[in-house]
Amino acid sequence: MLAPFLQYLISGITVGMVYAFSALGFSLIYNASGVVNFAQGEFIMLGGMLAVFFSKAGLPFPAAAVLAIVIPTLLGMMIERLTIARAKNAEILSLIIITIGISLVLRGLTQIFMGKAVHALAPISDSRPIHLAGAVMHSQSPWVLGFTVTVMAMLWYFFRHSLSGKKILATSCNRSAAQLMGINTQWVMTFSYAMAAALGSLAGVLITPITMTSYDVGIMLGLKGFIGAVVGGMGSGMGAIAGGLIVGIAESLGAGYISSAYKDAMAFLLIFVILFLRPRGLFGAKATDRV
Amino acid sequence: MNEVQKSPFLGLWFLGVTLILLLALLPNGYFLDIAIRMAINAIIIIMLNLLIGFAGQISLGHAAFFGIGAYSSAILPAHFGWPSALALVFGALFSGVLALILARLIFRFKGHYLAMVTLGLGIIVSVILTNETAWTGGPDGMAVQDLDLLGHKLPGDRSWLGLTGFLLILCVWGTINLMESPFGRALRALHGSETAAAAAGVDLARYKMAVFALSAVPTSIMGSLTAHYVGFVTPNLAGFTHSIEMLTMVVLGGMASIYGSVLGAVLLTALPQLLATLDGWETVALGAILVITMIFLPKGIVPTLTVYLGKHSR
Amino acid sequence: MNLLEVRNLSKSFGGIQAVHNVSFAISPGQIYSVIGPNGAGKTTLFNLITGIYLPTAGEIFLNGSKIDGQPPHRLAGLGISRTFQNLQIFMNMSAIENVMVGAHLRLDRNILKASLRLPALRRRDKILREEAAELMAFVGLEACVTQAADSLAYGALKRLEIARALASKPRLLFLDEPAAGLNPAETQGVQELMQKVAAAGITVVLVEHDMKLVMNLSNRILVLDYGKKLTEGTAEEVCRNPDVIAAYLGVHG
Repeated sequence: MLAPFLQYLISGITVGMVYAFSALGFSLIYNASGVVNFAQGEFIMLGGMLAVFFSKAGLPFPAAAVLAIVIPTLLGMMIERLTIARAKNAEILSLIIITIGISLVLRGLTQIFMGKAVHALAPISDSRPIHLAGAVMHSQSPWVLGFTVTVMAMLWYFFRHSLSGKKILATSCNRSAAQLMGINTQWVMTFSYAMAAALGSLAGVLITPITMTSYDVGIMLGLKGFIGAVVGGMGSGMGAIAGGLIVGIAESLGAGYISSAYKDAMAFLLIFVILFLRPRGLFGAKATDRV
Repeated sequence: MNEVQKSPFLGLWFLGVTLILLLALLPNGYFLDIAIRMAINAIIIIMLNLLIGFAGQISLGHAAFFGIGAYSSAILPAHFGWPSALALVFGALFSGVLALILARLIFRFKGHYLAMVTLGLGIIVSVILTNETAWTGGPDGMAVQDLDLLGHKLPGDRSWLGLTGFLLILCVWGTINLMESPFGRALRALHGSETAAAAAGVDLARYKMAVFALSAVPTSIMGSLTAHYVGFVTPNLAGFTHSIEMLTMVVLGGMASIYGSVLGAVLLTALPQLLATLDGWETVALGAILVITMIFLPKGIVPTLTVYLGKHSR
Repeated sequence: MNLLEVRNLSKSFGGIQAVHNVSFAISPGQIYSVIGPNGAGKTTLFNLITGIYLPTAGEIFLNGSKIDGQPPHRLAGLGISRTFQNLQIFMNMSAIENVMVGAHLRLDRNILKASLRLPALRRRDKILREEAAELMAFVGLEACVTQAADSLAYGALKRLEIARALASKPRLLFLDEPAAGLNPAETQGVQELMQKVAAAGITVVLVEHDMKLVMNLSNRILVLDYGKKLTEGTAEEVCRNPDVIAAYLGVHG
C-alpha cells in the first residue's frame, strides 16, 4: 500500500519541481510586467534540447549544461528587447499574444533544426535507480531536489536582501513610482525575462534525464507551470513553488490511481476546483480595482 | 464605428458579388476547396471576434467547440444511427450549453485566468478525443458519413461553396445588425469598462455567457459541416494548434472588425495549404505573424487601414 | 418617505475599517453632499450603496425596500446611476455611444430581433440616439456628438460620464468628485449643470473636495472622518461645527 503511494509521491515531487521552476518563471515576469509569458515552457524545452545537442556534439556534461542555460537566457533577454519592449503601451492581451507568437517561433525553429524525435540525456550520476522504503527513485531525482532547494534559497536571499531584488519587487508593486525613484524599470523587465529563461532552462536540463525531451514538450510544461502559478496565486513566489509541487503531485497520484491516459487533463481539473474554491489562488493577494 | 458613417453593408455587397463570381468561375478541385475552407473559417472567426475583439474576452481553446461539432457529426450517425442533421444540432446544443456553463463559472475571471481555463478546455477535449478510441477512432480519427439534409445530399463541391458562402453572407449581415444594436453596444461596453457597464445596467455574467455561447455554437456547426465536407475527422481538429490558428486570424484581420475577420480567415486559410509539408515552418510563420502584427499593427489590418485611410482622405 | 436610507453601514477590508457604523437619510429632490478628508471613506460609501462592495454590516433602503447586497446592474434598474472618481469611460466607443449605453435597460436587448434588423428595434435605437444627442447638449457637449470618446479632453469626459449616468433616467444620481481636476471656470460649469439636474427632479448625491461648490449647491451635508460619521446638517450648521473644523484644519493647541 505504502510503496506505490511513495512511488507516485516521489515522482510527483520530482516533476513538481520542474513545474515549480516553470511557475516561478511565470510569476517573475507577471510581477515585472503584468504579462503572462506563454513562451515560458519553451525555455524549459530549450534547456533540455540544447543540453542534448551539445552532449551529442561531444561536449562534457558541465559545459553542455552551462551552454544550455546561457543561450536561452540570452535569447530571453533578446526577445524581451525586440518584442515586448517595442510594444510599449499595448493592452495586456496584445502582449500575451506576442508571447504566444514567440513560443510558436521557438518551437517551430527547434522542430526544423532538431526534428521531431524524442531525445535522451545521460543523468548526472550513474543511472542505477535508488531504492527508498520500497519505492524506486531515478538517480537524477536527488539532483533535481538538491538544485531546486539551492536555487530557491538563492532566490529568496536575492529578493529579500539584495538591492536588485528589491528593485524588481518595487517595480512589480508600482511601476510609475519605481521609475520616479530612479529605478530603471526597463532593466527590471529585461532582467526578469533573463531570470525566467535561466530558471526554465535549468529545470529543463535537470529533468531531461528522467523525462526525455522533444520539440513539443514545452507546451505542457509551460501550461502546467502556469497552472501551478495560478493555483499558488499569480505573482507570489512562494505560491508558485507550492503550486508547481501541488500540480506535480496531483498529476502523479491521479495518473497512478485513476488513469495515466488522462494525466494531462488531471492538472486542469485540479485548477478548476481550486480556483472555484479560492479564486485568488492559495497565496494570492486580494487585489481591488480603484474606481 | 468612426465619424465617416459609410454604410457597413457596402462591404456585404462586395462580398456577395465576390462569392457569386467564385461560385461561377472557379474550376473544380484545389481552388474551390480553399474557397470553401475560407468561407467556413470566416464564419468561425467573425463569431470568435465577437468574444475576443468586441467583448474583450479571450479564448485559447475555441477549437474544442469545433471538435465537438465535428465528432458529434462523426460519432452519432456512425455509432447510433442518428440522421446527420440531428447530429449537427446536438453538437451545436452541446457546445452552447458547455459554453454557457463554463462562462457562468468563470465570468469573474479576467485575462490570464480566463486564458488558462479556455486553454484547459481545449486540452481536455483533445485528450478525450485522442484516448476514447472505441468511440472516436483515437489519434487516427474516423470516417464521417455524408451530410444528409432531409433526404438530399450535397451534389459536389460547388454546392458546398454555395452553402458555406450563403451562410457567410447571413453571418456577416446578422453580425453587423447585432453590433449596431443595444446588445452589441453592451458587449463593447464590457470591453471598455466592466464597472461602468454594470453600473449602467449591463448584467456582466449574462452577457459574458451570451457572447461565449454565441461564439461557440457557430464554431460547432462549422465543425460539423467540415466533418461532412472532408469525410474524415482527427483529434487535432480540437487541438491547441487549431485554436491558435483561430486566434491568429482574429488578431491579424482585426479585432472588433467583422470584415477584418473575413480578411484574417482568407489570408490564413491559405497559409497551412501553402506550407502543408513544411510543418515546422508553418508554426514559425504563425508565430512570426502574431508577433509582428501585435507590434506594428496592434489593431489588426482592417482597423489600422480604416484609420489610415480616414486620416488621409481629409 | 426617504428616498435613500442608510443604517449602521460598515465595511472592513481585512483589518481596515473603511466605513464604520454610518447612518443617514436623503429625501427626494435634495442635493446631498458627502465630504471629509482624504481616506475618510467617501468613495467606499458610494461603492457600498451602488453595489460594488458588499457591506460587512448594516442596511441600505431605497424607497423603503432593502437594497444592500444587490449587484450594480440591478440597482441601475431601480433608478440608481453614478459617475466614477477615476473616469470609467468606454474609450473604445464614440461619445454618443457611451451615452446610449447608459440607457441600456430602457431598450429592447433581444439578440434575435437585433440580428434580424427588425424595424421596431431600429426605430427605438434611432429615437434613443436623438435622446442621447439631447443629453449631450444638456451637459454642454453638443459639439462632440460624433467624436470618438478617446479624442475628448478630460473636462469633456467628466461631462460625458454625467450624460451617460442621466441616460437611464435615474431617481438617484451619485457623482464621485465631479469637479476633480477641473479649473475654476469648468467647476462653475459643473455647478450650473448640477443645478439643472436637480431642477429636473433628480436627487443628487455628491462626493466633493471643492468646498465652495459644496456650500453653494448642497441642501444637506454629511461629514465623514476615518470612516465614521462626524456630523450631518445644512451647510451653515456644518461650517460652524468645531469637530469639522478640527478634522480639516487640525486642532489649535
